[in-house]
Amino acid sequence: MTLDPLILSRLQFAWVVAWHILLPALTIGLASYIALLEGVYFFSGKDIWVRISGFWTRVFAVAFGMGVVSGVVMPFQFGTNWSRFSDATANIISPMLAYEGLTAFTLEAGFLGVLLFGRNLVPRWAHFASALMVAAGTLISTFWILVTNSWMQTPAGYKIVDGLFYPTSWMQIIFTASFPYRFAHTVVAFYVTTGFVVMGVAAYLLRRKKSAEEARLMLSVTLWLLSVLVPLQILLGDMHGLNTLRYQPAKLAAIEAHWNREARAPLTLFAIPDMAAETNHYAIEVPLLGSLILTHDINGVVPGLKEFPRADRAPAAIPFFAFRIMVGLGLVMLALAAAGLWLRLRGRLYDQDWYLRALMAASPIGFIAVIAGWTTTEVGRQPWTVYDVMRTAGSVTPSLTGLDVLISLAGYAVVYCIMFPAGLWMVMRIVCAGVSARDAAPVGAGRPAAPVKPVPGDTR
Amino acid sequence: MIVDFVPIWTLILGLAVFFYVLLDGFDLGVGILYNFADSKAARDLLMNSIAPIWDGNETWLVLGGIGLLAAFPLAFAIIIPAVYFPILVMLLALIFRGVAFEFRLRDSEHRTFWDHAFGYGSTTATFAQGVVLGAFIQGFVVEGRHFAGGSLDCITPFSLFTGAALLFGYGLLGAGWLILKLEGALAARARAQARICFIGTLASVGIVSLWTPLMDGAIAARWFSWPNIAWLSPVPLLAALFALLEWRAIADPKVELKPFVYAVCLFSLSYLGIAISLWPMIVPHHYTLWQAASAPDTQIFLGAGTLFLLPVILIYTGWSYWVFRGKARADIGYH
Repeated sequence: MTLDPLILSRLQFAWVVAWHILLPALTIGLASYIALLEGVYFFSGKDIWVRISGFWTRVFAVAFGMGVVSGVVMPFQFGTNWSRFSDATANIISPMLAYEGLTAFTLEAGFLGVLLFGRNLVPRWAHFASALMVAAGTLISTFWILVTNSWMQTPAGYKIVDGLFYPTSWMQIIFTASFPYRFAHTVVAFYVTTGFVVMGVAAYLLRRKKSAEEARLMLSVTLWLLSVLVPLQILLGDMHGLNTLRYQPAKLAAIEAHWNREARAPLTLFAIPDMAAETNHYAIEVPLLGSLILTHDINGVVPGLKEFPRADRAPAAIPFFAFRIMVGLGLVMLALAAAGLWLRLRGRLYDQDWYLRALMAASPIGFIAVIAGWTTTEVGRQPWTVYDVMRTAGSVTPSLTGLDVLISLAGYAVVYCIMFPAGLWMVMRIVCAGVSARDAAPVGAGRPAAPVKPVPGDTR
Repeated sequence: MIVDFVPIWTLILGLAVFFYVLLDGFDLGVGILYNFADSKAARDLLMNSIAPIWDGNETWLVLGGIGLLAAFPLAFAIIIPAVYFPILVMLLALIFRGVAFEFRLRDSEHRTFWDHAFGYGSTTATFAQGVVLGAFIQGFVVEGRHFAGGSLDCITPFSLFTGAALLFGYGLLGAGWLILKLEGALAARARAQARICFIGTLASVGIVSLWTPLMDGAIAARWFSWPNIAWLSPVPLLAALFALLEWRAIADPKVELKPFVYAVCLFSLSYLGIAISLWPMIVPHHYTLWQAASAPDTQIFLGAGTLFLLPVILIYTGWSYWVFRGKARADIGYH
């Protein structure tokens, strides 16, 4: 077998972006959560809020640092492995990425130092403002990245001259057909992901009888937030699906592994899609439900893969299963939020052991759903980098050999396999140490009166 | 087209890359010198002196890379594949040194490992950046709109030399920063290191200044033909002046800011020297800045925002530096 630089480059991109996306999934949620905690503290003056904020800020610092270094890798991937894509689309996408850097990264970096290290060096309001700025920075970053991604999914506002894209309308480029749905669905996904991490940690602390007062508050506030966000996310997902049906029918057909265009289509719960034979094996189907869910009309027409040339079809099995994993986990999250509300009504939220154990087990659930959702949308876009316009095969750097990419992929694989487990371990240590009294640092302007002690376990 | 935006974008990108070189230069330099710190207390102070600002500095790497894509996409699409492996090595090394800031504190059992990750990571990333610089000056094999050479073409005696040279250069910036941020014996040690790095930097700049015209007739003609030699002579003369001032500043224990400032001046002149050698090419020997530029609409759309945002960014970045002004301390910095 010869090494194919195209396949290896795709694997490399998937590898570096899949690990990277886990970090924004946490830091975007945590930044807003910390800003919320700091805000309540700022207006109420109660120490418990700042203790919780200090605890999560330590987790945030680890995740953010890893997010920065794994994020720096991303723009260079466009150059090293996707130079034809870069050359062709730069006129359109480069301002989006540059505006991300100018409006988001600099904002985050400028205020992060003060958020992490400056509580005693600046006035209270300036520290709270720094928390708000960091949170705003993470959201602005999400905005521009999803503008870029949505343009690749549903391109608009361009013309092509001699194989290069040129802008015709920046408004159309930024606000493409899929952008509002993708942006809302992603931000809420990141909030929900963070919410389940916070609930899992709170459940752990409650079961270990550690920092119980703080843990109850974390659990209570987060459960209220999730009770709104999880149903909202399901609604947004449904709207995103309708949008995909309209603007990316071939992708929707692949996600559903649906071969023939038809009205009153069934919903396929399980199947092994066979691209060569253009059929599904072992299919389990529910009549009529496909049209009802996908088009909101029992007589609605669902597109089929056979409408599209073979060369233009995404490999259905991957988005088909990834989508089902995402939806399945969404329903589990809904059940967990509902169970929490029911327990809260009965006054048993903080001491029902099975529920606390379930929450602990569910702490990574959002990450898995995010990866599954991302896989659905990105593999579903294949075989295009710019949907229906530019092929992935025509986007890769022409000078690369398979060996080059194999070596770089191995490098990323080894380094990420060290860094990510190490990072997870650091976060678990912070969680195990619990919320500590020193998180309520004396607040005031000027230099600190007493040295801030390092973390427990440090031998200094 | 009414207005030519290419010179404006050349200036913006030139400044962005230069900011990166200065800012990450000094904190990578601190990382290089970190290898030679001989106590845990010293390492704590070195790291605390840059902990609140390093990721802001690294942001400029992204801004520089994306800026190249935005302003001169053809150059981005040719140069980055041509330095595939140095870029890979740089990114992996930056991962190690970046996570070390947090991991070193949280994982005291493996502190030595994370110390090495920080020191070696900073050193390796610097060397890789120097190789990229050398390979860029030498130029690449290009066919049409693509790099057409092999992925190891960028490894040459010259690029390896510039890799080593940058270690001294960033080391000098780092030592200048440490003279400013540390006190007592550690500051004295930083001065001794600054002296070694200064000699290395000066020798490297001298060798590169001879090597490039010998290697490339166009560069020789640019500098040594009449009347260029007269117009351009202030560059080497000023460099000599600042070298003298730097030497004296390092030797005088009473001046704390000047070693850093003069090192920045030396970097500026070296950078200017490279720009003069290559002007107006952005892909040396193949494409000029104008040929590689992005669409005017793109340059206008991004330029308008950039000119508005850059001053705002400089203001709040300056505020953040102001908050953490003064000598680095062991007791603040960690939350």
